[in-house]
Amino acid sequence: MQTDQDLRPRERSNVPLAERAYRIRRHALLMGEVQGQGYIAQALGISDVLAVAYFHAMTYRPEDPEWEGRDRFLLSIGHYAIALYAALIEAEILPEDELDTYGGDDSRLPMSGMAAYTPGMEITGGSLGHGLGIAVGMAMSLKRKGSKSFVYNLFSDGELDEGSTWEAAMSAGSQGLDNLIGIVDVNGMQADGPSLGVLNFEPLAPKFEAFNWFVQRVDGNDIEAVAAAFDAARNHEGRHPRIVICDTKMAKGVPFLEARERNHFLRVEPAEWREALKVLDEGRTR
Amino acid sequence: MRRSKYERPARREGAGLKTSAMIASLAAPGQRTKAAPFGHALAALAENRPEIVGLSADLSKYTDLHIFAQAHPDRFYQMGMAEQLLMSAAAGMAREGFMPFATTYAVFAARRAYDFICMAIAEENLNVKIACALPGLTTGYGPSHQATEDVAIFRGMPNLTIIDPCDAHEIEQVVPAMAAHQGPVYLRLLRGNVPLVLDEYGYTFELGKAKTIRDGRDVLVISSGLMTMRALEVAQALADDNVDVAVLHVPTIKPLDEATILHEAGRGGRLVVVAENHTVIGGLGEAVAGVLMRAGVMPDRGFRQVGLPDEFLDAGALPTLHDRYGISTEAMTRSIRGWL
Repeated sequence: MQTDQDLRPRERSNVPLAERAYRIRRHALLMGEVQGQGYIAQALGISDVLAVAYFHAMTYRPEDPEWEGRDRFLLSIGHYAIALYAALIEAEILPEDELDTYGGDDSRLPMSGMAAYTPGMEITGGSLGHGLGIAVGMAMSLKRKGSKSFVYNLFSDGELDEGSTWEAAMSAGSQGLDNLIGIVDVNGMQADGPSLGVLNFEPLAPKFEAFNWFVQRVDGNDIEAVAAAFDAARNHEGRHPRIVICDTKMAKGVPFLEARERNHFLRVEPAEWREALKVLDEGRTR
Repeated sequence: MRRSKYERPARREGAGLKTSAMIASLAAPGQRTKAAPFGHALAALAENRPEIVGLSADLSKYTDLHIFAQAHPDRFYQMGMAEQLLMSAAAGMAREGFMPFATTYAVFAARRAYDFICMAIAEENLNVKIACALPGLTTGYGPSHQATEDVAIFRGMPNLTIIDPCDAHEIEQVVPAMAAHQGPVYLRLLRGNVPLVLDEYGYTFELGKAKTIRDGRDVLVISSGLMTMRALEVAQALADDNVDVAVLHVPTIKPLDEATILHEAGRGGRLVVVAENHTVIGGLGEAVAGVLMRAGVMPDRGFRQVGLPDEFLDAGALPTLHDRYGISTEAMTRSIRGWL
């Protein structure tokens, strides 16, 4: 019988998390180049969090994505699929040589994440505000089964606008779902512009505290801080759902894209993709 | 059209009927009934099906799920008055191998939780059973609770099976059939003291099958839900006028048993009437019309619909409302006489 620890990838790998994050960004840029546009700023922003999730925190078997003992990772924000595909490629759940099919006809990597298309994609996201409620049902189920697995739900600050997110938040707190770990990507940008200008959700941490969650807020691009927060979330003793609010920078790692004001959906010129990869390489920490 | 709220209604002589209770029994005085057939059938089925769980959005007593909750308290989940969560959590439980019966009122499932049923459940063909009380016009509380367009809303959703049972006898058979079917099902639930009708006709429910309850040479009524009970009463009433009425019961609205409908409607010499506890827009009537049109079948004596008008309906007593909107036995009898 393998223990939880045996299966956590960090125990099997000497690759630093920063290198994982770099590679996730690189996979994402290469997919973005295929389409010439997309939600690349979100992908670059969330790469550090995904590196920690897949190479530090979560238990899973790359060769068996539906293994019952896995931690579940739900991508509520379907348009972040490009980011999750990058992480799944890095985790060897998806083959790297499918990367150039991203968004193409008959690809297993559609622009918006869907459970039926992609190994490792647990739910169909995209209609925003769905993930946390599904996560509640999965966490309830894992408790019924006596499972030790966690349910991670990655959602965005924009999804805080959706009432269904708060229905789920109240239910998780009310039920004391301590096997549920929410991750909010606060990148501050929505389709119509800066998030706080669209609908002000601050102060955010006290809201989740008031809903009976164990709350941490960290710089989502500080890998050490994110890893520590994930550890604390897993190890917290109380009967509370856990949330890690991650403040991230859109397009992190590619300064000329970070500087773009409207970067919810980026259009990048053909030559700029090579430039972006070059800049990313220059910032690579070894 | 509604009267202006500034126009005082004429005073009635004597006491009018009072607004029916939130969930009034549809049984006529003296009619045979059975209590909470859904709750009892689900509780019994769950004895041997450990994967069955029940979810309520603060309406377990009003959907008969409380019977299941009493029998299997550890398998009952109170999700609060949060229908979007109800459906999402049910989806999550189905993903983990359970078979959730998610219950609320039809208005809240259809209107409020549609996106969650569509994208979290149906798109993945998840095994969630959605059982909803107050379908069509079965409460006197007005449009907030009258799901007069639930079938129209749900018919367009791929993968979703829609069942509109007639009575307690049928509901008892529908529950295990829903569980035997792999995929999402929407049940238009009758709860409380539910009339018992179809046992006397030797009827058995089969998912996806329309069945002739009685034959007749002058009129074919194609009906679902409680309107089959009404159609059988209409048939009795018209028999006194030597009008011979057949009743084809179509409890599965989707997928529709097109072959049986075409066969019956294609038989010569009859008026075809589709009767439904639903707006005439987008429900069984238009579904049948589409089937006939595509097959080039025009009934010899015409095609008519008995159903609710395309309006927000009044509050009041159910017998008054059923009569006002044409779905009482008397109103339907009058309509068919007029069409013959």
